[in-house]
Amino acid sequence: MQFFKNVTTIDFLGRQKSAFVFSIVLIVCSIASLGVRGLNLGIDFTGGTLVELAYERSVNPSDIRTTLGNAGIEDGVVQYFGTSKDILIRLPVDPAQATAEQSSTVVSALRDEIGEQLAESPEGGLQQCVSPAGEVSDCHIQMRRVEFVGPQVGGELTEKGGLAMLYALIGILIYVAIRFEWRFAVGSVVALVHDVLITLGIFSFLAIEFSLPVLAAILAVIGYSLNDTIVVFDRIRENFRKMRKGQSVDIMNRSINQTLPRTILTSLTTLLVVVTLIIAGGEIIKGFAIALLIGVIVGTYSSIFVASPTVLFLGISREDMLPVPKEGAEGDPTP
Amino acid sequence: MRNHTPWWKWLIIAAVILPGAFYALPNLFGDDPGIQLRGSRGTTLGASQLTTVQRVLDESKISYSSLRLDEQGIRIRFPDTDSQLQARDELEIRLPTGYTIALTLMPAAPDWLSNVGALPMYLGLDLRGGVHFLLDVDMESAQRRAEDRYIADLRSTLREAKIRYRDVGRDVAGDLFISLRDAANNKDARVVIEKELPGLLLRDGQDIEGTDIKLFLAQSEIDALSEFALEQNMTALRNRIDELGVAEPVVQRQGDRRIVVQLPGVQDTARAKRILGRTATLEMMMVDEEHSLDAALSGKVPPGSRIYRFRDGRPILIEKRVIYSGDNIVDAAASIDTQSGGPIVSITLDAIGARINQKITGKNIGKRMAVLYIENRSVIQTDAQGLPVRDEQGRIVRDKQRLEEVITAPVIRDQLGKRFQIEGLDSVTEARDLALMLRAGSLAAPVDIIEERTVGPSLGQANISQGFLSVVVGFALVLVFMAFYYRVFGLVANIALALNLVMIVAVLSLLQATLTLPGVAGIVLTVGMAVDANVLIFERIREEIRNGSTPQASIFSGYERALWTIVDANVTTLIAAIVLFNFGTGPIKGFAVTLSIGILTSMFTAIVLSRALINFFYGGKRVKTLSI
Repeated sequence: MQFFKNVTTIDFLGRQKSAFVFSIVLIVCSIASLGVRGLNLGIDFTGGTLVELAYERSVNPSDIRTTLGNAGIEDGVVQYFGTSKDILIRLPVDPAQATAEQSSTVVSALRDEIGEQLAESPEGGLQQCVSPAGEVSDCHIQMRRVEFVGPQVGGELTEKGGLAMLYALIGILIYVAIRFEWRFAVGSVVALVHDVLITLGIFSFLAIEFSLPVLAAILAVIGYSLNDTIVVFDRIRENFRKMRKGQSVDIMNRSINQTLPRTILTSLTTLLVVVTLIIAGGEIIKGFAIALLIGVIVGTYSSIFVASPTVLFLGISREDMLPVPKEGAEGDPTP
Repeated sequence: MRNHTPWWKWLIIAAVILPGAFYALPNLFGDDPGIQLRGSRGTTLGASQLTTVQRVLDESKISYSSLRLDEQGIRIRFPDTDSQLQARDELEIRLPTGYTIALTLMPAAPDWLSNVGALPMYLGLDLRGGVHFLLDVDMESAQRRAEDRYIADLRSTLREAKIRYRDVGRDVAGDLFISLRDAANNKDARVVIEKELPGLLLRDGQDIEGTDIKLFLAQSEIDALSEFALEQNMTALRNRIDELGVAEPVVQRQGDRRIVVQLPGVQDTARAKRILGRTATLEMMMVDEEHSLDAALSGKVPPGSRIYRFRDGRPILIEKRVIYSGDNIVDAAASIDTQSGGPIVSITLDAIGARINQKITGKNIGKRMAVLYIENRSVIQTDAQGLPVRDEQGRIVRDKQRLEEVITAPVIRDQLGKRFQIEGLDSVTEARDLALMLRAGSLAAPVDIIEERTVGPSLGQANISQGFLSVVVGFALVLVFMAFYYRVFGLVANIALALNLVMIVAVLSLLQATLTLPGVAGIVLTVGMAVDANVLIFERIREEIRNGSTPQASIFSGYERALWTIVDANVTTLIAAIVLFNFGTGPIKGFAVTLSIGILTSMFTAIVLSRALINFFYGGKRVKTLSI
């Protein structure tokens, strides 16, 4: 089976202008959305408390809100998480309380309401509760997850996250500049910034929660998108050395076309597993997988329509690639 | 010969794949219920304890599948949960004190595997369930405490040097100060402080002729102090965790003022928080019976004494001098007093404490001694809007609340020694918690829980099964796709991919790196991306064929030419993964780890292994067409 019987001859760089307009519009929209709506930051960054509970049967969030209100917890957000039996409660940082205690207060308030109390529970088993009659059985309310992030930690994470992205970009810039040439380094970083901005923009626009795993996914996207870009660059470098004739534009076009089957295939296999993660990976991993999905699509687009045009725009020519610098793809191994 | 894999390359492949498969093997076995025994308060268990435990088990006729001693302590595996729980009860009753008994799950892999270090992957808390705490050590409070000690030292140093002073204390700027009676003593005072208390430095630019001397703690002193506070807190936390009965707890420092505590399998997080976060200690002092309490209440508190209150609010006048403190307590146990029926805590002191106790109580029979309970709580300071107040460095400002309660102030009836009892507690639970706090040692500085991540076992299980399902489905989809698209070459890529998975599992097991939920996602992502190397090679081969090369030449140049592209592309992804590793906390680190391992193993399987297989099928033969 082959999607591409012959090398395609699509004039990618000829569509530079429309691609440029498309990218700029997306980026402007992303920045606007980030500026106006901002990111829906999760508690990893804002600080706060999150409690996930599993009930035996369906429950009404408003009942839970009432119970919490009676226990003096007023500003909580209560919502379903996946099913109508799973409940997610979010509480903002409450500086008046010893904050790490908040989650315990929530769980015990809800358990008190139905008259059960946590008993000794074995590792790996369900939580055991004592009923008022003194009987021990599985708790009607199972605590599935508690996350508490103090405000100071949240602030640090935001800063560290931004720095991490910056360091990744700098590291890549240096590596590509050494292995290729500075124009290629700039081209790949422009493409990466493009990918990150648009992915963030879509997260902001759709108000999907931006959590720590999502940040990790974006860093993985940086790696992935770059992977794509490098493969194209590698072919451009090879062709510059091999094809003694032809304009830079033609050589680059040809390189993109030659690597197109691989670009599309790898994106396909990656998308296969990413979609699997979205469907089968569960609620916690969903945001992470969505970030990957967006990133892989945008990253594939940018390696064709952003990275190479930028290099061309910076005025790359055959002479820049000729002084054979390093080991690698140079030379023809076939006799 | 073209496209022939030399024997030594096969040897390398075998030398990588076979041990890989071996070390991945333990993951196929599940878990057994088990019990972990450790020596409490940092003692280690040895062969004699092993014999004792074995005897208890044999005498109670409890069946167990294995019993072994390692650096962590004694591990017992059971065939079922019933015998595990039964054994726990028997051991608790029949073992002497000094053991920490914890229920846990243990890998069910046979011993011949674990004996050579082949263990299953180490699951993170988000997969096995448990609590993760990040604790912040309140260094400012540790520093203030040290300053208080220095103030006391300054007083005694000056007294010994016969330099008279009006006051020694702390001024509004936070400096320590001495106010001398006579300015003529300034030089003498400075000399003696420099000699006796090298940890204190003179503030620059002050009047060296006047009566006032300003001092501050040297930075080296503060650093040493912080280091000590952190170490001491970690020890104290370890002791407290022992009391909670957790198998494989983790207590690690993070940076210069934080401690990570991980308690796998803990379900009652409220209790864990209560016990970790509290800083309680006892101080024994004499009741001031020479002065009138009423006069003190009306404002004339005699120097050297202070008014404290009982839990119910009753005032009592107590001499400030601490006889001995919680540091001297070796053991504390809660029980019911056989005579009064009320809850009591029996306390055992160390040699120093016992000596002091003996001396003081012997001299003061008939007088009253007060037991003061001190707990430090730190409360975040808030402004009018209820937001936390921050200092110039953006750190949150905390108010210290020092809860001081006189638990009891009994009349000393007898000379006390190494052992004595505290009465006057409200409930059995209170007695038990107090005993626990006293036993577990006091913290050098208060700690705050600034991050908590708890995952219940049901969610952990769900995470494992969803993660496993994603790996299987993603893997299957890619396999089918590759087989269709590249036929024989696709099958070779699939073998490489499958072995890649085995290798990732093997490396994770061997390193005992923590596998987290994002880590599982990293494996899934690796499955999708690992075929990239093969796609690159195969597309190159197809290209060569289209250009008219012979099949053998196409295979050769396909592999040769794609090599550096693959390396370049993977190194850049690796850069991103390394940054992620350095930035990330727990779960995210897990993602970076699996991603990095996946990249490295996939380069081996996709380049070296797949090439050897392709050579095996096609190499050195007359081939007209390739099944690609």
